Amino acid sequence: MGHDGTGGVSLRVRGLSKAFRGAWALRGVDLDLGPGETLVLFGPNGSGKTTLLKILATLLRPTRGTGTLGGADLLQEREHVRRRVGLVSHGSYLYDDLTPRENLAFAAALHGDRTSGQAVTAAMERLGLVGVADERVRTLSSGMKRRVTLARLLVHPVDLWLLDEPYTNLDQEATKVFEGILQEHQASGGLVVMATHNFLDGFKQATRIGILARGRLMVDEPRASLTFPAFQELYTLRAEGGER
Amino acid sequence: MSFRALAVEILRKDLRIEVRSREGINTLLFFSVLLVFLFRFAVGSTEIQIRQAAPGLLWLAFILTGLWGMTRIFQVERENDCLELLRLAPGDLGGLYLGKVLIGCCLMWAAELAILAMFGLFFHLDMLPVIGSLIPILVLGTVGFVAIGTLFAAITAHLKAREVLLPLLLFPLMVPILLAAGRLTHLALSGESLMAEAHWLRLLIGFDVVFLVLGYLTFPFVMED
Repeated sequence: MGHDGTGGVSLRVRGLSKAFRGAWALRGVDLDLGPGETLVLFGPNGSGKTTLLKILATLLRPTRGTGTLGGADLLQEREHVRRRVGLVSHGSYLYDDLTPRENLAFAAALHGDRTSGQAVTAAMERLGLVGVADERVRTLSSGMKRRVTLARLLVHPVDLWLLDEPYTNLDQEATKVFEGILQEHQASGGLVVMATHNFLDGFKQATRIGILARGRLMVDEPRASLTFPAFQELYTLRAEGGER
Repeated sequence: MSFRALAVEILRKDLRIEVRSREGINTLLFFSVLLVFLFRFAVGSTEIQIRQAAPGLLWLAFILTGLWGMTRIFQVERENDCLELLRLAPGDLGGLYLGKVLIGCCLMWAAELAILAMFGLFFHLDMLPVIGSLIPILVLGTVGFVAIGTLFAAITAHLKAREVLLPLLLFPLMVPILLAAGRLTHLALSGESLMAEAHWLRLLIGFDVVFLVLGYLTFPFVMED
């Protein structure tokens, strides 16, 4: 069990589909993710990456399909799943008139963690936020706001991190810190599903590579079986080319 | 997280934001003063005219001001998609409803006190001797209004036409509050005991209980996709 209290949890998804007003955003996605695995999803805009992450976070209900996280059903046991999930999305989920410290403490409190003062301070130290800890979020740069968003992952223990474009607005230093945090989460048995357009960094962090196109998971391969040029070729073929 | 703990966290967070930004309370106060100022020109200046119109105008001012407050109550959660953060919280989302009702009541009570003071000033009514009788009416009427207003504000939060839809949904349901609170306010301003027409008090209490329970039970479903 690592710093985040994770260990031994698996994600299993079968036939996950989602339609918005009759238009299918996701079609029949199957996934199996074991402890310590990081699935990085690549795909063009509108391929269903964000929809998949939001279904896994229980923010959206699938039109069809089922899934479990650590044995808890994504549809029937949403509260159990929510205890185990941390989401970084396109929206920052930050209150502009609160400080980073207050935002993080509030996020921890929502998960029932009232003794989070130390965890909040430690998370801010890790992400280089101590200097702006008591500034209002609205005064921070986009990069610093992104750091606060990522720091939220550290203030309460969860098994599955769902990351939607986590590299957005991060400078090199913050990217390095974030990747270190990601590797620690993996090492402690935590799961990660990340969606990104950042090919190089995403490929580097993955233990599994997924390519989504037109709502279908066209590729789901261990990263070890692919070189970076082979992955790029596969992406061109499957995401931008024809059907599997 | 228990619903009570969640409610306290939401109230604390929203109060902190309100104290810092002062956007909500400043606009509410300005709006309420403006309303009373306009009412002053709409009503005749004889004492009888003022006494007859005062209870209705007071509650019209409270409800119009409150309606403006209700359209804003989820605005802070819409910015940066914070509503999703709340939806991800494990626990009873009824606590989120209760927290929003509490902050809504706090803002409305502040505006109502300002309206009462302005009313006294513009209409030459001495509110101090009757404030003790007015407080229970303000408490009960406001809780009922905010209980149902918060629920409909959540339902319409994601709609583009929320500013139009909210009053359309809310106003018909406000009729019992307007009737009961208006009548009780008339008694209070005349110096009579509220118990003289206790059935209006019972109606207000019943309205509050029904809509608080209804809001608490249905809010989690409103929050789901």
